[in-house]
Amino acid sequence: MHDVRYELLNPATLGSKQVTYTERRETVLYRLFHDRRAVTAGSVLVLLTIICLLAFLSPYDPNQLSIMDKLHAPSWAHWFGTDDHGRDYFTRILYGGQVSLAVGLLSMLIAVSLGTIVGTVSGYLGGVIDGLFMRFLDVFMSLPSFFILMILNAYLKPSVQNMIIIIGLLSWMDVARIVRSQTMSIKEQEFMLYARSIGVRMWRTIFKHLIPGVMPSIVVAASLNVANAILTESALSFLGLGVQPPASSWGSMLNNAQGYLGTASYLAIFPGVLILIVILSFNVIGDALRDALEPTE
Amino acid sequence: MTHSKILEIEDLTVSFHTRVGDIQAVRGVDLELYKGETLAIVGESGSGKSVTAKAIMRLLSKKQSSIKQGSILFDGIDLSHASEGQMMNIRGKDIAMIFQDPMTSLNPTLTIERQIIETLRMHQKLTKHEAQKKAVELLEMVGIPQPEIRNKQYPHQFSGGMRQRVVIAIAIACNPKILIADEPTTALDVTIQAKILELLKDLQKKMDTSIIFITHDLGVVANMANRVAVMYAGKIVEIGTVDEIFYNPKHPYTWGLICSMPTLDLKDKELYTIPGSPPDLIHPPKGDAFAPRNPYALSIDTLEQPPMFRISDTHYAATWLLDPKAPKVSPPDEILRRQQIFERLEAGEVVQ
Amino acid sequence: MATPSLLFWRELRLSRMILRRMLQIVPLLFVISVISFALVKLSPGDPVKMFVTPNMHPEDVERIRRSLGLNLPIYEQYFRWLGQIVHGNLGYSLQNSQPVLGQILQRLPATIGLMGTALAATLIIAIPLGLVAAKYENTWIDRLLNMISYISISIPVFWFGILLIEFFSVKLNWLPSLGMQTIGENSFVDLAQHAILPVTTLTFQGCGAYYRYVRSNTLSEIRKSYVEFGHAKGLSIWKLLWSHILKNVMLPVITLLGMSLPTLISGAYITESVFSWPGLGLLSVDAIFSLDYPIIMAMTLFSGLMLILGNLFADMTYQFVDPRIRK
Ligand SMILES: Nc1ncnc2c1ncn2[C@@H]1O[C@H](COP(=O)(O)OP(=O)(O)O)[C@@H](O)[C@H]1O
Ligand SMILES: [Mg+2]
Repeated sequence: MHDVRYELLNPATLGSKQVTYTERRETVLYRLFHDRRAVTAGSVLVLLTIICLLAFLSPYDPNQLSIMDKLHAPSWAHWFGTDDHGRDYFTRILYGGQVSLAVGLLSMLIAVSLGTIVGTVSGYLGGVIDGLFMRFLDVFMSLPSFFILMILNAYLKPSVQNMIIIIGLLSWMDVARIVRSQTMSIKEQEFMLYARSIGVRMWRTIFKHLIPGVMPSIVVAASLNVANAILTESALSFLGLGVQPPASSWGSMLNNAQGYLGTASYLAIFPGVLILIVILSFNVIGDALRDALEPTE
Repeated sequence: MTHSKILEIEDLTVSFHTRVGDIQAVRGVDLELYKGETLAIVGESGSGKSVTAKAIMRLLSKKQSSIKQGSILFDGIDLSHASEGQMMNIRGKDIAMIFQDPMTSLNPTLTIERQIIETLRMHQKLTKHEAQKKAVELLEMVGIPQPEIRNKQYPHQFSGGMRQRVVIAIAIACNPKILIADEPTTALDVTIQAKILELLKDLQKKMDTSIIFITHDLGVVANMANRVAVMYAGKIVEIGTVDEIFYNPKHPYTWGLICSMPTLDLKDKELYTIPGSPPDLIHPPKGDAFAPRNPYALSIDTLEQPPMFRISDTHYAATWLLDPKAPKVSPPDEILRRQQIFERLEAGEVVQ
Repeated sequence: MATPSLLFWRELRLSRMILRRMLQIVPLLFVISVISFALVKLSPGDPVKMFVTPNMHPEDVERIRRSLGLNLPIYEQYFRWLGQIVHGNLGYSLQNSQPVLGQILQRLPATIGLMGTALAATLIIAIPLGLVAAKYENTWIDRLLNMISYISISIPVFWFGILLIEFFSVKLNWLPSLGMQTIGENSFVDLAQHAILPVTTLTFQGCGAYYRYVRSNTLSEIRKSYVEFGHAKGLSIWKLLWSHILKNVMLPVITLLGMSLPTLISGAYITESVFSWPGLGLLSVDAIFSLDYPIIMAMTLFSGLMLILGNLFADMTYQFVDPRIRK
């Protein structure tokens, strides 16, 4: 009896397929947008920023004093109550938020640009320049930076611009270190060696090949940097060394609220909760980014 | 080999849970281990050897994997259902295991002595002093010179081969009944490999331990093992005595493994490799998992999984080629040559 | 066993290395001192004005200027100033004319006490929690601790302090919120009561970072194969955590610890301000507000020095503890 099932197969019809366990090539963005933490934190931040930017829609003038309306508790008319000068607290919170967010983002921009430049140039060139830059970095690392910030703010006229610049100039070191070490490893990769061997100019190589390579780590460092900058600004303003009246930031509002503990606690609650939420969100996004960039499994 | 069984694995099935699906790493393995023997498990990397070994030791993380089916009988206990407490008593004492990479098996920040003593004091009632003495003896036993001095040193002060000796010393510290060696020489130089194998054989003779010797390299098996199990895609596809596997293999996969063994008289011959790559274990093929790479595949291979066909009391293979209805195929020349040797062996000749 | 002569060589090599590291910090110290000096020089206002009365002659003013050395070239002023500092003369406070060094030394115990207690509490709480969270990765306890740690690293420390004061001092009236002592009282209980809120504030703030550090280090250690081999030896996960992983996790924690040592001295500016804790932090903030340059300068120098020494200490300990580097 002949059984067709026992016939030899023509090997040509068979071919083994490569094993593919991941069907979709997961990009960093894909992972990021599927990370519930990151999406939540990101939405919160976007929403908060939009609300703060819409402050001009408020019917109240943030700086209009009105002794009659002093220290009203939260109500329909004044969602977050009024402060010790009778100003609508919600409106002031929104304007204060603009300042806090602006300081955080802009000083981060300064820090990240500076850190990226120092890091790439130092890591790319190596040698004497690298040694010099690193000593320079060491000096900055051994500065008691918050103390210096306080002093500079006391010496200079504390304004929002000054604060952005000072905070930025004192917080680029982490970025520089990360970027430098990344640069050094990317530098040794083949396409870089090739680019250099055919004599592509340094800045061109740096911008075309290096920066894209180190971008992920920069983004992570940047989001943590914003969190720190906002925290620093609020601490300075809280101490009275930051934003000065009549302008306000969440930190300076907390400074003011200190005098009303027990009598008008909401004055301390609202700005504090907002600072917490914003910093928390940036920290969460930073972590989520890092996880998305280097998934561990 | 008429010794008593010391370990009996039946229908062992292990899966890893991943986001894209369950990886069926081990798919119904049956194995027996006899007292005092060395059983080799060979197969390409990814075939499920390590997972099988770790399942015996219950070292697989509960979060990522599960033993879906089957039993692992040892000393009257089914290890697949043993509690963590029971397992802690068995690991290191009755069943010990050594891993592939001696560079990372030891904690870099503790002295060798502490890492040996730890096992001893965990399983045996020894004073610190007795344990220290025993540690020196153990190091001596595995061939480490100046054991008193070496004992106080840290792993980074040892070469790879020496570290693997330390790992072996720790594994045999409590005279285990079973020693599982998972690719113990893969990370080492060829010359050191041979010495470690020699050591393992030596120790086995002295201590009468059973060894499960895992490797992807059939070449090292010949002088080590009494029996050999060939594993492919989570299944045992052929099992037999060392002579049966080396000189009378029946499974085309085993043929492939043997043909791809580097030999000394390899002059102008290209080293053979089995074409293709192992199957997707999330969606394993319906029939014989080896069929897509098998030049001798039959139609039925794509439809049904072959059962274990009996060749002798000790020799089984899972290939439809052994079915009486299958056509006679002619194995590769190398295998034919070996089968001739096998016939002479059977006849009682002494073959060089 | 290492023979005596071996030990000798090892120590010699170590001390050579210490020496080298010490030499490396000399330029750093120089830069820090220049910056401190610059802070005084750049400060707004003319220091001579302090001594000038409206009806003084210009020659008298000039004489004062000369006696203060302000007529000398700037680098000479710097070296004179440096010489003074090396001899322990940090100048006099502009607020109360007390020697700066004396004031710093007087405030030092309050800060060290506060920060030391908080640091100890932080380590005692954060390290075990980090280990436990890593062991129970992705379970509810891990998630809960992670959430709390996020709050801990994100919360503005002054706001947390204010909340504590609001609740425990103002609402419940359980604990004092200001200062270190009730006037006229001098008991340990009183001190402890005053310390509870600031210590809690600092501890809560510190725990988050240490916890996260310990947890992530533990997770990467747990995945190493010596842990798997440890399991295969029959050790339980707790035993492994305690006798293997903890030590390896502590090595990097020491670095973190070394870097936080400077805060032991320079103190927590903000926390001390919130609770009016009479330590160096409060001294500095007060000095900044009244532009008390000598104190500002001394504190800059001091904090910078501590920062450098803290890093050095971290490096050193690491060398001693980690056998891989120790060689
Ligand atoms: N932790 C794990 N998670 C997911 N899959 C795993 C894991 N460990 C092993 N596997 C899978 O199990 C299969 C068998 O692996 P293993 O037993 O390590 O092979 P080997 O025979 O080389 O020792 C492989 O396909 C591998 O992908
Ligand atoms: Mg393996």
